[in-house]
Amino acid sequence: MADQKASTSIEAVESGLAAQGYIASRQIATAVYLSQQIEKPILVEGPAGVGKTELAKAIAAWRGMKMIRLQCYEGLDEAKALYEWKYAKQLLYTQILKDKLGEVLGGAQTLHAALAQLHDFGDVFFSKEFVEPRPLLQALEQPGGCVLLIDEIDKSDAEFESLLLEILSDFQVTIPELGTVSAITPPTVILTSNSERDLGDALKRRCLHLHIGFPEQRLEERIVESRVPGISQTLRRQMVGFIHEVRSLDLKKLPSVSETIDWARVLVLLQAAELDTDIVKDTLNVLLKYEADIEAASPQVTSFIAKAARSNVFG
Amino acid sequence: MRENLHRFFRAARGAGVHVSPAESIDAMRAVKQVGFSDRAILRDALLLTLAKSQDEKLALGDCFDLFFSQPEPRQDQPETENDAASDEDSRDGEQSSAGATSDAGDGRPSQELGPLAQMLLSQDRNALAAAIASASGAASLSDIRYSTQRGIFSSRILDAMGLQRLRDDLEELTATNPSLAERLRAALDALREAVRDTVSQGLALYAREEAENLRNEILRNAPLARIERRQVAEMRALIRQIARRLRERYSKPRKRQRRGHLDVRRTLRRNAAWGGVPFLTAWKRKHRDRPRIVALCDVSGSVAQVSDFFLLLIHSLHEVVDDVRSFAFSSHLIEVSETLEKNSPEEAMAEIMSKVGFGSSDYGSSLVDFEKDFMSTLTPQTTVIVLGDARSNNLDPRADILRRISERSKRLVWLNPEGRLAWGFGDSEMPRYATFCSVVRQCATAQQLERAVSDIVATYQ
Repeated sequence: MADQKASTSIEAVESGLAAQGYIASRQIATAVYLSQQIEKPILVEGPAGVGKTELAKAIAAWRGMKMIRLQCYEGLDEAKALYEWKYAKQLLYTQILKDKLGEVLGGAQTLHAALAQLHDFGDVFFSKEFVEPRPLLQALEQPGGCVLLIDEIDKSDAEFESLLLEILSDFQVTIPELGTVSAITPPTVILTSNSERDLGDALKRRCLHLHIGFPEQRLEERIVESRVPGISQTLRRQMVGFIHEVRSLDLKKLPSVSETIDWARVLVLLQAAELDTDIVKDTLNVLLKYEADIEAASPQVTSFIAKAARSNVFG
Repeated sequence: MRENLHRFFRAARGAGVHVSPAESIDAMRAVKQVGFSDRAILRDALLLTLAKSQDEKLALGDCFDLFFSQPEPRQDQPETENDAASDEDSRDGEQSSAGATSDAGDGRPSQELGPLAQMLLSQDRNALAAAIASASGAASLSDIRYSTQRGIFSSRILDAMGLQRLRDDLEELTATNPSLAERLRAALDALREAVRDTVSQGLALYAREEAENLRNEILRNAPLARIERRQVAEMRALIRQIARRLRERYSKPRKRQRRGHLDVRRTLRRNAAWGGVPFLTAWKRKHRDRPRIVALCDVSGSVAQVSDFFLLLIHSLHEVVDDVRSFAFSSHLIEVSETLEKNSPEEAMAEIMSKVGFGSSDYGSSLVDFEKDFMSTLTPQTTVIVLGDARSNNLDPRADILRRISERSKRLVWLNPEGRLAWGFGDSEMPRYATFCSVVRQCATAQQLERAVSDIVATYQ
């Protein structure tokens, strides 16, 4: 059972995630540990590219569970998130059964008896057979549990949040025609948000609130080390130091961990031994995604490299 | 330890973090899992369960650090603390024991002295800190709410530490051993200072929210026009807070009520049981109109400050009221929407005031200006809000223009910072204008302003 692999301590979480290549800070590990222990979803907030979605993937991989992902967007509704009636199938069955109607009603002596028979018949159409489970319902129906990732919840409408409340607090959903479906094994739920919209209190109340910011230098070095194995220690130190300098600038979009990893890969590809002005200027577009940001950062490149190199000596 | 956690929740509320009973239960469950031994992990666990936003996290983190920088009340004291205390004792030549309860008799003059005096003379800082902490517990320092209570809590704590006995000791010593009395007196002064610090810290921990609430309550009901200069910044913050609250309340997507096209999929689905014969129809829904607001603000000397806050509120609300145009006038009228949107509130207000502010008001000519240039901005969906005292210095009020404005728009709301009693007296044209307004309200305090704007926005829900 997956539960045997359940997080027994914060350290176990940390090493478990590390084995999947996810270097978690202590806060993250504590959050994952607590969410197992007190069965609460985790709401992860933070800038894009710091590993919010990765966290869910890493947990799933570590605990050997299936990951079900629900990508949120404006206009997402229960038919796409929760369940939908297979109306085409219902329609088809009605057509086929029309011919059988005579047979079914044949035995009925009175109108009342016929109606009663029709009644039983109608209920068939709103049975489990005709329900198409969408991600949320699928997550509840996994016998071995799963990791349910509700990605970018801030992109969805406020009504959708209300739809989630029942799942988040009790791990169950109520389908009006069928009744309540409870989770076989409560899924591990991770919600992510870029804070595009303020989420409702009711939703926040049901979750542990984890904020993942840009990692500290040491942590980021370890992340690069685990993700880009081919990189030398000197270069790793320098590039992470450089990125930390870049993050102090007032940019439209600050480079996040995913950009750090991309950049590290590029530098390895280019067989750079250490940072120099030319190579940084050539590859700055990997790190920064706006022309204006690149222009703002370019004049600083030399001094940043120098700073990164200096901190390298003392670090 | 549970007691301690409860005190921490109280402190967290003081720091402005909303901790509901349910959240405190979650936090307790979390703490039960992680334990108290590792402070860093305890901090993480509390932050995860209690804080619901990054701001709250920061506030709560500070609160945690402040809270746990205080020595814990004695009974909860881990043994290490006592060890440290007794270490110090032995270095001090075992003048007195760490426990304030036991009388150490070692032949020195301190023999007949009370425990507090002995502790003071022994200068055992750890024991003193612990004693202060436990006395604060006994005096329930966590109940402190207002800065005016500082004195009473200080004396309560000192009493709990045994000040009475110390006074007696002092009296006796002055007669028998003046130099020792002098030392003791100095130590007592230091103690008073330490207690005062503890009380201040307690105030910072537990009372922030209450004090803020009280101040806000006073501000909310204070007449806007008579706010003192030093309060203006606070008032701005309060107005922004009001705007945030209104925004939270109203920015949820409006209920879609009007129906639009036939929703084929849902219709088929609903009628599946009847072989697709559409007995029930399902309709797609349409969004309702978002509010359009045109605000006309009198910024003449007498009401300038009120309109200042009003414009600030309207513009902090722009997320709800996304189509809003603001105009300012005293003797003539200009549009100020852009100024308000582009600049910080302070700069915008200064700019507006320098352009049209502080003049003597002329409602007639300002209305003429509006009709000439901006009448076309009004549509049957527009709500027009006029903020002013309707005092036109006995010039022609041009109520006819106001009538036309009222006819072209959906609603005309007049907010008057003067009390009803003054309307119609002197040069007030309020009764004349009022006939063309859908709503006329007094609006002199932040609370009235909030209600007025809330009502206006609410009608769009």
